[in-house]
Amino acid sequence: MSVPQIAKKEQGFRVTLEKRGTTPYLIHFLVPVSSVVAALLVGAIFLKATGHSPLEIYAMMFDGAFGSMYGISETIVKAIPLMLTGLGVSIAFRMLLWNIGAEGQLYMGAFAASWVALFAPDMPGYIMLPLMFIAGFLGGALWGLLPAIPRAFLGVNETITTLMLNYVAILWVDYLVYGPWKDPKGFNFPLTAPFRDSASLPTFGNSRVHLGLLFALAAVVIVYVLLKHTRWGYEIRIIGESQNAARYAGMNIGKNILLVMLLSGGLAGLAGMAEVSGITHRLQHGISSGYGYTAIIIAWLSKLNPWAIIIVSFLFGGLLVGGFSIQTSGLPSATVFMLQGLILFFVLGGEILTRYRIKLQRGRK
Amino acid sequence: MENSIVLSIMAAAIIAGTPLLYAALGEILAERSGVLNLGVEGMMLAGAVSGFMVTVMSGNNWLGLIFAILAGGFMALIHAFLCVTLKANQVVSGLALTIFGTGVSGYLGKSLIGIPAPVTFEKIPIPVLAKIPVLGPVLFNHDALVYISYILVPLIWFFLYRTNAGLKLRSVGENPAAADAVGVNVFLTRYVYVIVGGMLAGIGGAYLSLAYAPTWLEHMTAGRGWIAVALVIFAVWDPVRALIGAYIFGGVDALGFRLQAMGIMIPSFFLKMLPYIFTIVVLILATRETHKKRVGAPGSLTLPYDREER
Amino acid sequence: MADSTLVSMRGITKTFPGVLANSDVNFEAKKGEIHALLGENGAGKSTLMNILTGLYRPDEGEIWIKGEKVVFRSPKEAIAAGIGMVHQHFRLVQPFTVAENLILGSPRPGRILNMKQVEKEITSISKKFGLEVDPRAKIWQLSVGEQQRVEIIKMLYRGADILILDEPTAVLTPQEVKELFKTLRMMADEGRAVIIITHKLHEVMAVADRVTVLRGGKYIGTVNKKETTKQELTKMMVGREIELSSNQDDYNPGEDVLILENINALNDKGYPALKNVNLTVKEGEILGIAGVAGNGQRELAEVVTGLREIQSGTLKINSKQYCNCSPLEIIDAGVAHIPEDRLGMGLVPSLGAVENIMLKEYRKKEMNKGLFLNHKLLKKKTGELIEEFGVKTASIDSPVKLMSGGNLQRLLIAREISCQPKFIVASYPVRGLDVGAIEAVHRILLEQRKAGAAILLISEDLEEIFALADRIAVLYEGEVMGVIRTPETTVEEIGLMMAGSREGEKVS
Repeated sequence: MSVPQIAKKEQGFRVTLEKRGTTPYLIHFLVPVSSVVAALLVGAIFLKATGHSPLEIYAMMFDGAFGSMYGISETIVKAIPLMLTGLGVSIAFRMLLWNIGAEGQLYMGAFAASWVALFAPDMPGYIMLPLMFIAGFLGGALWGLLPAIPRAFLGVNETITTLMLNYVAILWVDYLVYGPWKDPKGFNFPLTAPFRDSASLPTFGNSRVHLGLLFALAAVVIVYVLLKHTRWGYEIRIIGESQNAARYAGMNIGKNILLVMLLSGGLAGLAGMAEVSGITHRLQHGISSGYGYTAIIIAWLSKLNPWAIIIVSFLFGGLLVGGFSIQTSGLPSATVFMLQGLILFFVLGGEILTRYRIKLQRGRK
Repeated sequence: MENSIVLSIMAAAIIAGTPLLYAALGEILAERSGVLNLGVEGMMLAGAVSGFMVTVMSGNNWLGLIFAILAGGFMALIHAFLCVTLKANQVVSGLALTIFGTGVSGYLGKSLIGIPAPVTFEKIPIPVLAKIPVLGPVLFNHDALVYISYILVPLIWFFLYRTNAGLKLRSVGENPAAADAVGVNVFLTRYVYVIVGGMLAGIGGAYLSLAYAPTWLEHMTAGRGWIAVALVIFAVWDPVRALIGAYIFGGVDALGFRLQAMGIMIPSFFLKMLPYIFTIVVLILATRETHKKRVGAPGSLTLPYDREER
Repeated sequence: MADSTLVSMRGITKTFPGVLANSDVNFEAKKGEIHALLGENGAGKSTLMNILTGLYRPDEGEIWIKGEKVVFRSPKEAIAAGIGMVHQHFRLVQPFTVAENLILGSPRPGRILNMKQVEKEITSISKKFGLEVDPRAKIWQLSVGEQQRVEIIKMLYRGADILILDEPTAVLTPQEVKELFKTLRMMADEGRAVIIITHKLHEVMAVADRVTVLRGGKYIGTVNKKETTKQELTKMMVGREIELSSNQDDYNPGEDVLILENINALNDKGYPALKNVNLTVKEGEILGIAGVAGNGQRELAEVVTGLREIQSGTLKINSKQYCNCSPLEIIDAGVAHIPEDRLGMGLVPSLGAVENIMLKEYRKKEMNKGLFLNHKLLKKKTGELIEEFGVKTASIDSPVKLMSGGNLQRLLIAREISCQPKFIVASYPVRGLDVGAIEAVHRILLEQRKAGAAILLISEDLEEIFALADRIAVLYEGEVMGVIRTPETTVEEIGLMMAGSREGEKVS
């Protein structure tokens, strides 16, 4: 039996990871911020490598998003669905329900709201809009409930079921706008007839920023109060932190799965309603530029904190607007997704610093 | 007449199922080591775009395949680094990879849209075997990548259950503490098999752009990576069942086209929904089965391993 | 250094966040001896041995194996040096067979597995040492005692000559313990060094040659078993004279609080875990459940607290029937549960004391103002409980996972007791606690008993059961082997029942 080598006395450092007891607040803030910076750096390298000037591109993006009143208002416009879907996703994530289906829930909310607008067009605005609101919420909520049922009763993984339903929802809307709901005066484009004014959300001034902004902000407040100050919010948090402890304390996990997915889907559905009622004023192909997926990154970056979601949604809205403005330089909108993915990588990687401390040790071994 | 339609559907099922099979085999290996990889969709896209791009640039589809493998492997390396070394949340990391992969492939592929592939993986009927009635046209009239997948399945099966390395892999997935205690390198094992999984996903993607379509389109995987993940559960992490499952899914895909061709009037959108709805149904049934039979996921799936955990 | 010294550890220091696990510890083991590493829970014994086996690296100190200084960078290197360890929680891969577990990581089998060869070798080792086991059996099919045998064979198969066993008797019946000691003696007599980590004095006196005592992470001393006494060892272990609380009160049970009639339940794998169990617990009494872990105790606790389905039979609490109801109904019936898994079930480790106390408080009308929780009141209540029960914590908001085992248990019990429960289920309540905490927990249980609560005490420690319980019931393979008044029975009788004889049966 051989004995391991005797270690020689070495000089130099050894980097180790040591588990932390508690995490200083600074880290919670520093990690997301430096992740964004790091992602932009890597993105810059990528841009340079493919023949573009990163500084130029980034400047164009910033200018497009924040350089003018128009830019800022467009950024807010994008931030509205991002906030709503981000909130929805964050609530589900609190309970470790991986709701990847916000995109589909958004589409179904848009569908339901459009249904009201198109088939009861003669109602006055003060009835129409609230009805669309409710329909939008319900459409998304029920689409969120669908995968929640097998999860609650059979333990079926919701990651895949919610995702599959995204494709189904998008195809459903496509079916409608290419088929039975297609606008006969629409030159064969995949969209419905335009909504009446009564079905359109009022806007602020000359911008496209619509009342949906108030929904989003109100939702933030409601979610915050819910989680921190109500019994239901407490249950949601406990189930997410420790399912065993939750059962032990008598909480009904199945019921909560259903309720949380209803709320999560409902918020995403509202985003859909806000888009068709406030921006497009009709149901059409591609009402969402992947908001449901971006929502996941927003939720994670915000560490599921409702207030942070406001700020991060705004920033990501800027990213989207900036992404559109660089299309004239020949860069596809997919560039934005690349950056988003990079940001999430760095956030994920950086999170280890919240749980471990880097230690430099001098000496041997 | 009826017969040949059935046969052609079966042959189409194999073609449609092959990318799923590659991705699922890769995911089985990764998950067997205890790491959940939800970035398969992004890796397939990365493989599809790089395979296509290099084929266009070099005129050689095998070279394209190699780059597809590298692309998938590289993305998997990121996932491994995040999840194994940095112990990040495996679900979110996989999602990040899918988003990133979608973005990168869209970015790189912009200039490739509309360009036909100069060279693709052509059908190579195997002499003698291709003439066997029934089995011949269904099994032995495909391209090289399909044949390679035929061989991969028993190879992986043998590897998992009959070799020392396969035993070590399974032990890391079931109980990394036990494996570590007897000197198996848990980190290395997880890295290796996550990367191999990514490489296989890359092949699956390359198959789409270099054989199945063959062309490059944004989002061309259309959720196949996710279906592959569901397939792994259906297959109870076994390569042979993955084969069966992949071809069944492929059949559902192929059926859609055939129904239209046969003049059955279902709007194409509903036919396109079939694979996704089918996946949900299969997932529900498979989950019930694993609960009943008490077999299931590798014990440490999604859990990062930390030796000094106290 | 004598030639016969196989292991020498000097000046070992190891810290974890917030805990100094080992502080300048020395340890030595010789050829042919059984050396006990003694100390109460939390003294640092497991940490020291985990360093020896290469799982942890010491912050300071040196290790010498067979006269050469070594540094282990991984368990692999320790195994190569001839060190083998059987941990408290077995490192076995459950779905694998015995043979597969044994060859895992071993350099011998080669690329392609030749299982028949391995099975032959296993059979020869097991015959030699009297450790019977079927190489083809899957681990999850084996009993805990059999799994331990597999772990021991694993060490021998690798040719280990330094064998370490961590609390090996916790999972054995008294008879199995005797068998194990015989095996250990045999292995030592062949020239190996056998180290057993334990906190049980009577085991040390029964089997060890020398004893090293640790206390609070520090090295206290090493003595020859023959030259010392139980009292001296206790003093070294604990640092003071200890009088463990015991049940001296009159036995005055009241009404039946818990009645179990013909209860049948399944375990997680779907096999029967409780078979026709009949038990009652009365007001003002402690019913102790003895038995080797894994014979249905966990399922019993879960059935009674609503966490596990009852296949058939009746559960009555205070004359009201509860059949397959939710844990909530049981909680509302006035049942408190001190679970086996403190951090996994009874508490949420990442949250602070207030939010953990809230687990039982958040539904109460007094703690809510309409739709909203009254955080102020909840914080106040938490502060009161912490003071009353002497829970030491850095701050009321710091995550409870940072608290020591004893304080965690104090917090948990404080929460459960504060609801004035009529019935308490206590599962292994003092497992892993230091003597001071054990005293406190026992005291609280006895106080509750005096106040009229009915207590179901599940424990693996016969000493504890005999000290506290008024009546003792023994579980074996899910069946109740017998229920006896404590003063009317002996450890031997209970031990026999734990091994499968029924009450009153004569052993041939």
